[in-house]
Amino acid sequence: MRLKKPSIPYIAWMVIFTILPIALILYYAFTDDRGAFGFQAFINAFGYTGVFLKSLWIAFISTLICLVLAYPIGYFMSRQKKSVQNVLTMLFMIPMWMNFLLRIYAWMTLLQNDGPIDTMLSLLGIHTTLIGNQGAVILGMVYEYLPFMILPLYTVMSKIDTRLIEAAEDLGCNRLLVMRKVVLPLSIPGIISGVTMVFVPTASTFLVAQYLGGTDDLMIGDVIDKIFWSDHNTGSAIALVLMVAILIFLIILNLFGDEEAIAA
Amino acid sequence: MKQAKNDMIVSLRDIFVEFDGEVILNHINLDIRDKEFVTILGPSGCGKTTTLRIIGGFLEPNGGEVFFDGEKINGLPPHKRNVNTVFQKYSLFPHLNVFDNIAFGMKLKKLPKDVIKRRVTEMLAIVDLKGYEKRSVSKLSGGQQQRVAIARALVCDPKVLLLDEPLGALDLKLRKNMQWELKQIQQKTNTTFVYVTHDQEEALTMSDTVVVMNNGSIEQIGTPTEVYNEPKSAFVADFIGEANILNGTMVEDCRVRVLGVELECVDKGFGVNAPVDVVIRPEDIEVTSPEDAKLVGEVTDVVFKGVHYEMTVMCRGCEWIIHSTNCSPVGSEIGMKIIPFNIQIMNKMFLATENTFYAEVIAADEEQKKITVRVEDSEFDIENQFFEVGKRLAITLPPSALSIAGDGVGHLDDVYIESVIFKGEHNEIILESDRQKWLMQSDVDEQVATYVPMKFDFTKARFEIAEGEV
Repeated sequence: MRLKKPSIPYIAWMVIFTILPIALILYYAFTDDRGAFGFQAFINAFGYTGVFLKSLWIAFISTLICLVLAYPIGYFMSRQKKSVQNVLTMLFMIPMWMNFLLRIYAWMTLLQNDGPIDTMLSLLGIHTTLIGNQGAVILGMVYEYLPFMILPLYTVMSKIDTRLIEAAEDLGCNRLLVMRKVVLPLSIPGIISGVTMVFVPTASTFLVAQYLGGTDDLMIGDVIDKIFWSDHNTGSAIALVLMVAILIFLIILNLFGDEEAIAA
Repeated sequence: MKQAKNDMIVSLRDIFVEFDGEVILNHINLDIRDKEFVTILGPSGCGKTTTLRIIGGFLEPNGGEVFFDGEKINGLPPHKRNVNTVFQKYSLFPHLNVFDNIAFGMKLKKLPKDVIKRRVTEMLAIVDLKGYEKRSVSKLSGGQQQRVAIARALVCDPKVLLLDEPLGALDLKLRKNMQWELKQIQQKTNTTFVYVTHDQEEALTMSDTVVVMNNGSIEQIGTPTEVYNEPKSAFVADFIGEANILNGTMVEDCRVRVLGVELECVDKGFGVNAPVDVVIRPEDIEVTSPEDAKLVGEVTDVVFKGVHYEMTVMCRGCEWIIHSTNCSPVGSEIGMKIIPFNIQIMNKMFLATENTFYAEVIAADEEQKKITVRVEDSEFDIENQFFEVGKRLAITLPPSALSIAGDGVGHLDDVYIESVIFKGEHNEIILESDRQKWLMQSDVDEQVATYVPMKFDFTKARFEIAEGEV
């Protein structure tokens, strides 16, 4: 393939900000603190298997909840008038204009003991701790990443011709069957990109668990964040394993969308 | 509620549809006989697709009743109607192959697998696509996709098949083929076809019955021969086939005056001196020597059309079109003879010959001789006139004083073009504003079913002070 001149800035960008960092991570992961080749970092990384699996699990649950919530929203949005669609898209985007940390702090305030929700529940006679557990972490994740699920679903669904839905009705589908036989198969590309856009960041995110979770709810992102500063090698090894795990997940995911018709 | 059983499969009673304050269907009544090929024909925006969507159940009318096989089916969703639709752009499911597209309806009915397989194979044979089961629909040509769409709808064994301009996207040759094939399929399957098109030739060649629609109303229902030979209005005559349409006056029964010449005809009952529209088909004019005919004209243009010559003849200031197998050269003088039977007389679509409307004077300047008036929702100035403020004026304008504002700034905005008919000298355009209809004369062709700004030439106007309330 012949390279064209305009692509040079992008290639330079990719080399500096993608290839080089990955190479550095690879270097640190396969060396020890004196720079000698070895697998010590991976052996250290094994100590975090529990956190690692739990992180993937939380990411999975969060993604699933996002999908279940976003799918009907996306469908509803896609069937509205264009002007209504734009307003709804805007409404879902507005929270994203605020800083990520600020939004998490907001949830901390809302959920904390004697906070507004807790007080309200106490008045109703329900005494429970809302913060510092896995539920709070998942809530935070879903809140942070729901728009990333809605937007690709909505985009794909708004491209489904209303006449296809009418054709399905015409041939004997009730509303539920229209969803199952036509909308669902045609929205698979949106599901795949939505799941990708939510699962990948939730699996590797940090801070959400630190602020909303308890002491043993730390996620693998937080672990990397903590140990990287003292031990580049182990931190890199964990990051590498996480990358590979996500890569495998994405490959499996894309197998589902490999029917040529969907692209059409 | 049951209707008396007869051979009508679909009946529409007093159907009214309105959308955003605009009337789409204006109280239409339509009966469709079982096993018939019915075509709903009309220009775009006439309401023909809306009519089809009401039968299909995709649209609920604001008023009126829909009967299917004697049963009232208002509110019944599409999947519960024994009707299937072939959509305008086929609407095949892109995620399914040809077999699964056609089997879609039968799978929903949970028919046994071997039955589905047999019927899909049979259907593919009918639409001439044997062996295409495993093809992806996106890899088919337009004509093939069209036939899959027909097969998909027909395989469900509907009592009525609705077709919404199904051949619109195909090229001419393929379209001709498909017309013939559709007619064959209709006869083979013995199904009622309701076919929507704006192509008059398609309607004439395929249908048992043609329903001509315009502007949300049905203009005429009849066999192709009837609507062609006996059009009920100038609109139908103009829309179906070519026609010379002229303004005439009925002198007495069976005598009509056109362009100052009295001709014999066979129509009666219009009254004495009634203004009428006179329709003469181009092939019904016999070319004779000038001495033998009352109408004499000069050939200005000749085009060879394969089967016949199309000649344009200027006669008494009007342009006539004549189809003849004999060619008269450009510049020659010819006589035009029409036998009484071939002169069609019809009532005018717009009864008045002038436009009268009421305006309220809201400002007046005696020195400048200028007044400001309000008409409908618009206000504008009229120069060189003076009337007192508060007076109600009846303003009369001839059709030639109306025009469409080319610069977009008119006296009345958003006037709807209802029909455009060429009357030999000018186009006669009927427009509709909020309160009334207007007759305009124009040398320019305009697109029907569009909204335009309209301008008045007040130098040609007559002003009178009207009695009564503003």
